[in-house]
Amino acid sequence: MNEVILCYALVLGLAFPLGIYMARALDDERESRIDRLFRPIEAVIYRLAGVNETRVMRWPAYALAVVVLHLLLIALAWGVFMAQGVLPLNPDGIAGMSWDTALHTAVSFATNTNQQHYSGQAQLSYLSQTFAIVTLQFITPATGLAVLLAIARVLLKKRAAPVAEATGQSVGVGNYYRDLVRTLVRILLPLAMVVALLLTWQGMPSTWQGAQTVAPLDQSVATTQQIPLGPVASMVAIKQLGTNGGGWYGPNSTVPLENPTPLSNLIETVSLLLIPVALLVAMAVFTGRRRLMAGIGGVMLAFSLISTSVLIASERLPNAAFEGLAAVGSANLEGKELRFGPEMSALWASWTTQTSNGSVNAMHDSLNPMGGMVTLMDMFINVTFGGIGVGLIGYLLYLMLAAFIGSLMIGRAPELMGRALETREMRRISLAILAQPLVILGLTALTVAVPGLVGTSNPTFHGLSQVLYEYTSAFANNGSGFEGLGDGTPWWNLTCVVALLIGRFVPMLVPLAVAAWLAGKRMAPAGRGTLAMDSGAFVGLTAGVIVIINLLGFLPVLVLGPIAEQLTLGY
Amino acid sequence: MNDALMIRPVLFSSLRLMVVLAALLGLVYPFVTTTLGGALFPFQAGGSVLHDSQGRAVGSALVGQSFEGAQYFHGRPSAVGNDPVSVGGSNLAPGNVALRERAQQEAERLAARDGLIIGEIPVELLAASGSGVDPHISPAAARVQAARVSQARGLSLESVMQAIAAATEYTGFPGAPVVNVLRLNLALAAMSPAEARQEMR
Repeated sequence: MNEVILCYALVLGLAFPLGIYMARALDDERESRIDRLFRPIEAVIYRLAGVNETRVMRWPAYALAVVVLHLLLIALAWGVFMAQGVLPLNPDGIAGMSWDTALHTAVSFATNTNQQHYSGQAQLSYLSQTFAIVTLQFITPATGLAVLLAIARVLLKKRAAPVAEATGQSVGVGNYYRDLVRTLVRILLPLAMVVALLLTWQGMPSTWQGAQTVAPLDQSVATTQQIPLGPVASMVAIKQLGTNGGGWYGPNSTVPLENPTPLSNLIETVSLLLIPVALLVAMAVFTGRRRLMAGIGGVMLAFSLISTSVLIASERLPNAAFEGLAAVGSANLEGKELRFGPEMSALWASWTTQTSNGSVNAMHDSLNPMGGMVTLMDMFINVTFGGIGVGLIGYLLYLMLAAFIGSLMIGRAPELMGRALETREMRRISLAILAQPLVILGLTALTVAVPGLVGTSNPTFHGLSQVLYEYTSAFANNGSGFEGLGDGTPWWNLTCVVALLIGRFVPMLVPLAVAAWLAGKRMAPAGRGTLAMDSGAFVGLTAGVIVIINLLGFLPVLVLGPIAEQLTLGY
Repeated sequence: MNDALMIRPVLFSSLRLMVVLAALLGLVYPFVTTTLGGALFPFQAGGSVLHDSQGRAVGSALVGQSFEGAQYFHGRPSAVGNDPVSVGGSNLAPGNVALRERAQQEAERLAARDGLIIGEIPVELLAASGSGVDPHISPAAARVQAARVSQARGLSLESVMQAIAAATEYTGFPGAPVVNVLRLNLALAAMSPAEARQEMR
C-alpha cells in the first residue's frame, strides 16, 4: 500500500515542475532560455525537412497536416513490417508479417494505441521495433499534445492570442510542425533518455545483439533456452512516457526483461501517468486558467482514486479457481508477477486503462471480474487524465456538452468561454461523443453474432467481455487486451483498424474544429448570469455528465459481461 | 496565412519531415541510448546472464527455468513452459473450468511431491505468472521444498535454509522479499560435490 501511495505522491510532486517547464518550453509567444538551448537543433530539423515552421495555420490546414503525416507514417510502418525479413537489423532472422497484421500494427501504433496482435520478441526485427515503432511512439503523443496546444491557444487562453486577433472571422490555431518538433525535442526525447538509462540500470536489455542461447540447469527438462534481447530499454522508456503501451515482449511489462525489479516497476508506473498529469499544470500556466484546470484535475483524480481502490480491493480477493486449494486469504496471483504483487499490479491496471497507455504488468484476462469491469469503465470514460493531449481534449468535449446542458438548466443561451454554442457545434460534439458506443457496441454485436469469428478462449460471460474489451481498447486507443483472444485474424485486424482510426481522429479533430469556430465568434463579456466554468457546481455537473453518458451507453453490456460473471462465481 | 488547402505541398513537406524524424527518433535515439546503456551497465544490458562454476552460461537472472529434478527448487507454473521466446500467461478467467482443473492437478502433484497440505498451498505455486518466466517464488514456497532438496543433495537442512536466505531478493523498499529460484539452484549446485562431479562428465 505504501508503494501505491508513493506512486500517487511522486506523480503529483513531479507533475508541477515538469508542467511548468512544459508550459514555458511550448509557449511560442515568450522567449526563454529553453529556446536558446533547443532552437539550434530544431533549426536543423526544419531545414532538412524543408518545412516552414512560422506559417500560422487555420484549423483545416492544421488537421490536414496531422492526417497527411499520419497516413505517410502508416504506409512506412506497414512496409517495414512486411519487408523486415529482407531488411537490416534482424539478427534473429525473423520473417515478414502478414499484410493484415502488418496493417493493423501500423495503424495501431500510428493512433497511439499500440494494440498488438503479434508477439514482438518473436515476430518483429530490431528495425521494426525501433525505426517503425519507436518513431511512432514519439510522434503520436507529440501530436496529441500539439492539437491540445492549438485548441488551448484559440479557446482557453485568457488573453486572446495575437494569432486569433489578427485573422478576424477565421482564426489561425498555430503551426503543427512547430508544435510537434518542440514537443519531441524539448520534452519527450530528454525524458525518454533519462528513463531508458534508469531502466537499463535495473536490468533491462540494451544491446543490438541477437538472442542469447543458454544451457539451463535442469538438463532433463530442456537442453537449451533462447533469451530474446535487443535495444529494449530505449523502447520501453517512450512506451511508458508517451501513453503508448506497446511493449518489446508479447506480455509487455509482466516480462522480467521488460520490467526487472520492484524499482523498475515503480519507475515505469510513475512514467505512465506523469505527462498526462503534468499537462494539467502546463495548461494552467499556458492558458492562465488555474481554477478551471484545478477543477478538471480534481474530477480526474477522484475518478482515478475510485478506480484504483476498487481494483486493489478486487485483486486482494482470492481467485475463485484456487478456493480450497491455496492458503486461505491468498490474493489473486493468476497472471501476476510475484515481484510486483497484487497491489502494484492493480495500480498499474488502473492507471494504464485511465491514460490510454495500455501497457500491462499483469494479465487483465485473469483479473477478478470486478477488477476487469473497472478496467473497462476506465477505457469507456478515457478522460481520467487520458492519453497525452487527447485526454484533456476528450474532457473538453464533455465540458462542452456540460456547458450546453448547464446553460439550458439556468435558462441562458448555451455558451462556452463567452462564445455561443450553436447547432453547428453541438451537432459535431454529439457525433463525436456518440461515435464511441456506436463503434464499440456495433462491432461487438457483429462479431459475437458470427461464432466463427470471435476466437474467445474463455466460455460464456467472460467470452463476451473479451470481445468487448478488444474493441473498447481499440477505440479508446488504449491497446491492452484480454489477451486470450485469438485476434491475429483478418477479421479482427481489419475491424480493429476501423475502431482505431475513428477512435483517434474523430474525438481529436472535432474539438479542434469546434474550438476554432468558437474562437471566430464575437465574445460576450461575462456577466452575473454567466455559467462559471470554474465553480464547484459546474465541475460536479461535468463529472455527472461523464458518468451518466458512459453508464447509459455501456451499463447493459457490463451486466452481460463482468457483472454476470461475478454473480456466477457466487460471492 | 495560406488559404487554399493544397494537398501536394503538404504531402511533400510531410514526407521530408517524416524521413528526418524517423532517422532521429527511430535510429539516432535508440542507437545513442543503447550504446550509453551498454557502456554504463554491461551486465544488465546483455540480459543479466549467469554462469556456473565451469563458466557456462546457464540462464538469465531475470528469466525463470523449468525444474523437475528432486534436487532442484521448483518455480511457479508457466503457461508456456518457461520459454522466453513464447512468453505469456494462461489468460484463463477465474470462472474458467480449465483453470480450476489445472489448479486441482497441480495441488495434488505438490501434495504428493512435497507433502503440502491442500488448502494451505502458497498460491503462487498454483497460479501461473503473467510472463510465463517469473523467476521468483515466495520464501514460504521455498521453505516447503527445502526438506526434499536437502535430502536429494545430501546437504543439511540448515545449509539449504541459509541458501534460501542468500537467494532472497528485494528485502528492502520497494518490493517484498522473493526468492530467485535459478540463483538458489545455482548456489546449491556449487555447494553439492556430488553434482559438481556429475557435471564434469
